[in-house]
Amino acid sequence: MEWFRALMLPPQGSAFAGEVDTLYMFLFWLSVVLFLGIAFAAVYFAVRYRYVPGRVTPHITHNTTLEIVWSVLPLLLCGVIFFWGLDGWMKYAVAPGESMEIQITAKKWIWTFEYPDGSRTANEIHVPIGKPVRFIMTSEDVLHDFFVPDMRVKHDIVPGRYTEVWFTPTVLGPHHFTCAEYCGKGHSDMNGKLVVDSEPDFKKWMETGGDDWKNYSPEVWGQMQREQKGCATCHSVDGSKGQGPTWKGIYGTMVEMNDGKSYLVDDAYLQESMMQPNAKIVKGFEAIMPSFQGLLHPQDIRGLIAYIKTLK
Amino acid sequence: MAQALTHSEPQIGDRPRPAKNYLNATTGIWSWMTTVDHKRIGVMYLIAVSSAFFVGGMFALMIRLTLLTPSHKLFGKVLIDADTYNRVFTLHGAIMVFLFIIPSIPGSLANFVLPLMLGAKDVAFPRLNLASFYLWCTGAAIAVTSMIVGAVDTGWTFYTPYSTTTQNSVGLMTMAVFILGFSSIFTGLNFIATVHKLRAPGMGWFDMPLFVWGTYATAIIQVLATPVLGITMVLLALERVFNIGIFDPKIGGDPVLFQHFFWFYSHPAVYIMIVPGMAIISEIIPTFSRKTIFGYRAIAYSSVALALLGFLVWGHHMFVAGQSELATVVFSALTFLVAIPSGVKLFNWLATMYKGNISLETPMLYGISFILLFAIGGLTGIFLGALSTDVHLTDTYFVVAHFHYVMMGGTVIAFIGGVHYWWPKITGRMYSEKWGRIGCSLVFIGFNMTFLTQFFLGSRGMPRRYYNYLDQYQPLHAFSTFGSWVLGMGLFITAAYLLASLRKPYDAPDNPWGGTTMEWLTSSPPIEHNFEEQPVLEHEPYDYRPKVKKHA
Repeated sequence: MEWFRALMLPPQGSAFAGEVDTLYMFLFWLSVVLFLGIAFAAVYFAVRYRYVPGRVTPHITHNTTLEIVWSVLPLLLCGVIFFWGLDGWMKYAVAPGESMEIQITAKKWIWTFEYPDGSRTANEIHVPIGKPVRFIMTSEDVLHDFFVPDMRVKHDIVPGRYTEVWFTPTVLGPHHFTCAEYCGKGHSDMNGKLVVDSEPDFKKWMETGGDDWKNYSPEVWGQMQREQKGCATCHSVDGSKGQGPTWKGIYGTMVEMNDGKSYLVDDAYLQESMMQPNAKIVKGFEAIMPSFQGLLHPQDIRGLIAYIKTLK
Repeated sequence: MAQALTHSEPQIGDRPRPAKNYLNATTGIWSWMTTVDHKRIGVMYLIAVSSAFFVGGMFALMIRLTLLTPSHKLFGKVLIDADTYNRVFTLHGAIMVFLFIIPSIPGSLANFVLPLMLGAKDVAFPRLNLASFYLWCTGAAIAVTSMIVGAVDTGWTFYTPYSTTTQNSVGLMTMAVFILGFSSIFTGLNFIATVHKLRAPGMGWFDMPLFVWGTYATAIIQVLATPVLGITMVLLALERVFNIGIFDPKIGGDPVLFQHFFWFYSHPAVYIMIVPGMAIISEIIPTFSRKTIFGYRAIAYSSVALALLGFLVWGHHMFVAGQSELATVVFSALTFLVAIPSGVKLFNWLATMYKGNISLETPMLYGISFILLFAIGGLTGIFLGALSTDVHLTDTYFVVAHFHYVMMGGTVIAFIGGVHYWWPKITGRMYSEKWGRIGCSLVFIGFNMTFLTQFFLGSRGMPRRYYNYLDQYQPLHAFSTFGSWVLGMGLFITAAYLLASLRKPYDAPDNPWGGTTMEWLTSSPPIEHNFEEQPVLEHEPYDYRPKVKKHA
């Protein structure tokens, strides 16, 4: 019956998916049987007792035994289904202690993920197979909902609160995730890719950031990194002053530091600013930037520099 | 001389039709606008809610047409962009729920039939009844204006903070819904007083027709649940005006609290919608089975049980919304209790058909359709009440399909069935039986094509309120859209032959279906004050035993 389940439900990507599907299929067949019983009774009675002029019908007002039976039996059945659903849900509600924790920040209409080591991605996450992953989620604007159909989990993301969802991925490869709580114009485009990797692949991805960058020009990749890695929070590209200096037009200029010395903004300066941001502090700003050592891969740094060069 | 009925055969033309009835006793638009006759108010409600249904239905067809293909293109042009789509489904939902389904049966059919069934001249407070109608008109005008002018795109649930941060019309919308709520409270109050005080001589509580029981249970919910909307509106206003953090997380509020308030009203409102539908079916099934209702008391009590349980399950809309785990478990357990009174009704209707003498005129076809569709709606509710399956299915098309089976397959089918059942009484005309059966068949087939498909869309992971969707869902979406055309055609035909019947002279007998309740004692259409003389209860309702003689 596996093909039949696959008609109705997405592929199973976690052990929890199996639990949900077992109950789903039980309820499906139960509903089919009960519906056919009800439909058969209605149609059979309509045909068997069809209208004959003048026929007198028996005056049956009630039948206490029958009425108790069809009240108590469904109640018992509902009790069983309630506990069955509760049993599965307890596993969904309580994450194991040794889970890898990933922070999700949702906003219209982008997903940002942050790994325990501080590295961040947007709209695409990689997780190792067979290890429980726990997502701690919050929203910057309105309600969102992290829904991974293959894992059979979803949970609302509420601004001003942290909510959680977890699963243990069991199937390698890409899985779709999407927003399931209405959030406006881009709601249906707020989706992304969850890639389940083998342990070595996952390690490699964490170290190198994968091969995705090969699909883009360095400038475009750099622009994407500015969003994904959070540069955009402090560094504008339109000349406006943020927590840090704007990137617009800085490449190739002389910049004065708060100790009075001036330096040329070139590739070496930019790389140093990312890796050891507090080595030189631009005049008028504070030493608040964290080091991106280990968070930016070589291709990311190349891309960012290439992107900054385009900002004339 | 009290009038009595035969209980197996229709009686035609056994009494001269009175020259003056409630429709032609007075004339002119002013006589309608200032009327306090419950029958005229019922007819005005019927026209008003049917118009709302038409408008809401047009938006539904637009939604389905947009989703026909993932590119939303027809003949190379994009039909509707994402922003417009969001406004269209908001208008569809809000109009259908607040302007059509909630007032539909209580406002129109119950208003017309309830006093007749009790042998009363009118409702207890006729002027309040008219006020209720004008409140509906006011609320409807504000709602539609604010939605169109404010370009509301929040969905009919108005969840914060999206609804409070994107535009300013949510306050006006809540105001409109609150005014509509007061219209609903007035109707409910009126029915409670009418049922308590205006029953015919000899009619005890358990001699009342089950439609009256259902309407009474509904009235209780209307009066008790609707004030919560008012509280929500006051809180929204306090937050706006005095910047007190209630729902907005930016100033310390909690958006989940809004959902609690919203569903504390809107879940009981689901029972305001479905209980009157069930009550109509409890009239239609015994009449066309020509057999007494099985388990009268069980059906009466189950209406009240649903009304009360309806207050205790609002949290099942919020299993993944961030309410406490304990609340989630308790709400799931309570939700399963709803299955029992619903099941009891279903089994009792089937038992009523057993050994009946069943004819399949249009109202009975709608009655049987209701049983089948409500069964599907109820059974799929179990998937959503069970916690682990709900996590996967909530906020998907599975939920959309489920509530359309209950709201449209249940309430709307019962409403249309009730309109057909009482059409001869209301208008004094019979409609075309042949076209009635064709219309009902198309509605039944089209409805299932449209919404059965959506269960599979949902279980396969298609979220609701999505403009763009993955290509893999396209065949199911297309099939659902084709179904919506069949459904629309069926409803169009139904409207056409019903309206066409109005061109004929009066031809409906007083009791075309051989019904046993008191509305069939008076002429079709009824005279201005309902009965020539006070009817007296002579037998329990739905008594089809032959001992009752023709003409006492």
